Amino acid sequence: MAEIKNILLVGVGGQGTILASKILSTALVDAGYDVKMSEVHGMAQRGGSVTTQIRYGEKVFSPIIGKGEADVMVCFEKMEALRWIEYVKPTAKIVINDFEIPSAPILVGAEEYPQGIIEELSAKTEVSVFKAADIAKELGNPKAMNIVLLGALVKAMGIEDMDWDKYIAENVKKGFEELNIKAFRAGMDAI
Amino acid sequence: MTGNEAAARGAYEAGVLFASAYPGTPSTEILENLGGKYKNEVYSEWAPNEKVAVEAAIGAAIAGGRALACMKHVGVNVAADPLMTFGYTGTTAGFVIVSADDPGMHSSQNEQDNRFYAKFAKIPMLEPSNSQEAKDYMKIAYELSEKWSTPVFFRMTTRVCHSKSIVEMGERTEAESFKYEKQITRYVATPANAKGMRVKVEERLKIMEEFSNSTELNKPEYNGTKVGVISAGVAYQYAREVFGEDASYLKLGFTHPMPMEVIKEFASKVDKLYVVEELEPYMEDQIRAAGIDCIGKAVIPNMGELDTDRVRKAVLGLENPTLKAEKKAAGRPPTLCAGCPHRGFFYSLSRRKDVMVTGDIGCYTLGSAEPLFAIDTTICMGASISTGHGASKVFEKIQPGKKVVSVIGDSTFFHSGVTSLMDVVYNRGTSVAVILDNRITGMTGHQQNPGSGYTLMGEPAPAVDIPALCMAMGIKKENIHIVNPNNLHENEVALDKALGSDETSVIITKWPCVLKKITEEDKKAFDLSKKQCKVDPEACINCKMCIKTGCPALQAKDGKVVIDSGSCVGCGVCQQVCPMGAIQKAGE
Repeated sequence: MAEIKNILLVGVGGQGTILASKILSTALVDAGYDVKMSEVHGMAQRGGSVTTQIRYGEKVFSPIIGKGEADVMVCFEKMEALRWIEYVKPTAKIVINDFEIPSAPILVGAEEYPQGIIEELSAKTEVSVFKAADIAKELGNPKAMNIVLLGALVKAMGIEDMDWDKYIAENVKKGFEELNIKAFRAGMDAI
Repeated sequence: MTGNEAAARGAYEAGVLFASAYPGTPSTEILENLGGKYKNEVYSEWAPNEKVAVEAAIGAAIAGGRALACMKHVGVNVAADPLMTFGYTGTTAGFVIVSADDPGMHSSQNEQDNRFYAKFAKIPMLEPSNSQEAKDYMKIAYELSEKWSTPVFFRMTTRVCHSKSIVEMGERTEAESFKYEKQITRYVATPANAKGMRVKVEERLKIMEEFSNSTELNKPEYNGTKVGVISAGVAYQYAREVFGEDASYLKLGFTHPMPMEVIKEFASKVDKLYVVEELEPYMEDQIRAAGIDCIGKAVIPNMGELDTDRVRKAVLGLENPTLKAEKKAAGRPPTLCAGCPHRGFFYSLSRRKDVMVTGDIGCYTLGSAEPLFAIDTTICMGASISTGHGASKVFEKIQPGKKVVSVIGDSTFFHSGVTSLMDVVYNRGTSVAVILDNRITGMTGHQQNPGSGYTLMGEPAPAVDIPALCMAMGIKKENIHIVNPNNLHENEVALDKALGSDETSVIITKWPCVLKKITEEDKKAFDLSKKQCKVDPEACINCKMCIKTGCPALQAKDGKVVIDSGSCVGCGVCQQVCPMGAIQKAGE
């Protein structure tokens, strides 16, 4: 079977992983791949841990990624890297947004935010870390963080030479095209 | 396209004229698509509940137009009554019911396997395994429905509904329209008529079985003879990937009645037969009953959803190497949003340690979570008020003085809480019903409902007047308390009055969902100006009273509480619980 690539986007409900996945999937379909993307709706979105998954290749069957299958994982929130770590290959590339969203048990003091995540993972595989939130803020809109991360993901996947400006412009809110294209480029340059 | 978008597209292409649903994950987007993209061709509406949706669609189909009803798996329980008898009467124009099951309970209270409903109702079932099939099978479902005059059960699961894959689209073909004729013996299910229908149901089953054995939907793919795999739905996709090119496959798209002849032949041609299905051994039991040996639930779990990893481990005993980390992520359960109007009321409720709180299905079920712990039970849609009533009657006997409060959202109240409240009033109950009216159906992503003032297709509509409805049921005006749930004092006063009353009382908390798209009506009715809260670090003594509201905008950092300006909407609940007056709203 022709090789299938598995991309895992993990984060917290409301961070915009679905939009980033949608842009990426559209581009992959246009590039001629069979593509499947899976997302989670409903209760989990209310501040819970969320994942969207993209699989592409010549022929894709399963819409979801099993343990040990992801080639690239991009973590919109730092701690989520740990939650999904078993889904990635031992040789996977990991992109981490150095951004913490404390979860409810942390806020009420029942649990602690784990320390040393980046150090531990960097010792095991190729990890790129940067502050997507700061980049988005500098560009004038913290909400563009997801597109910054998409830029970094595209770089990590090694598929920079597609017409990303077009795909971004087609999928983001009207009036925010230019900002998001800038955010995307900044993400590519960040890793 | 997602499977849901594709199912909607299929219904559109099939010439469906009428569609109805009650929103429920993972089914919601089917009707959202029909009522949005295809609203010029397909009349679509939200029904107050699934039973109403099915009944309305039945009427549409008997009248002569192709009709669709969609719901999540547990919704079929609500709609089972009309479905069972409609299986007897049959239909005139095509009728399809979509059941979107949720293996793994991503957003549900159980993971019941609804394939048994098709067998139970003796109606045909189709199971798409990806988006293309969701569209194509929908069109086939309407053809079969009219061919056999039967409702068709269209079973999807979360991963079919919410996965995107490439879909080749077709054009809409207007279906043949039937001229309405009065057919009393066919459509009036009196015992005398139903006895005749019952015989026809069995005859139809035989015809359907012949079809099942001859259709392309149930066609074997022969490769090697060592291993054969029978599968359906998304489980086929996992199996196909795990067993690869060497195994032979019998993928079933038409799963009730099962194609036993095809299965027998397939089984005879392979050395080892696997049945890979999610949840219950629906196929396996029938295959075994036909005397065919197979490997299924002996190795494949019947709990939770499958994926390639679980199937591989179960059947081949193999696991992928994976990256591992010593450190563990802290839990991240879903929470009530910052500024959620439910928080204020649940905070007030959580202070009452002597009451039992019966809950319901919606975002507000999260009121049961840390740190509020303000809900004792959640069973199903609409159960809060009725279970509360039963509990209250028993407390009167065995634990006098123990009070019960039932909490239910506005959409859930319209779904099936109204009859429960009628039960309380009628039987002189004293449990307190709290209707959490956030002006929208929150959890499934903001669908309109009978109280919101708009229809699915965006038309203005009359909004149910909840206090007037309560009064019409016999609740006295002085026992109906309308509060702003962000105002803790109002909550306290209302709870004192309602719990102190020996008559049926209702509290209506009225404030729009913090994520809702604000309408002109909302702007007039509520002061929604965003005055964010801020902690004065000099005054904060880090007592963490505010943190106990569970608001995700608040965090204790370096001995002081800080409020995240990105998420605070200024609901002011934290300000009211601060004993030091250290929290101020902007501009106050």
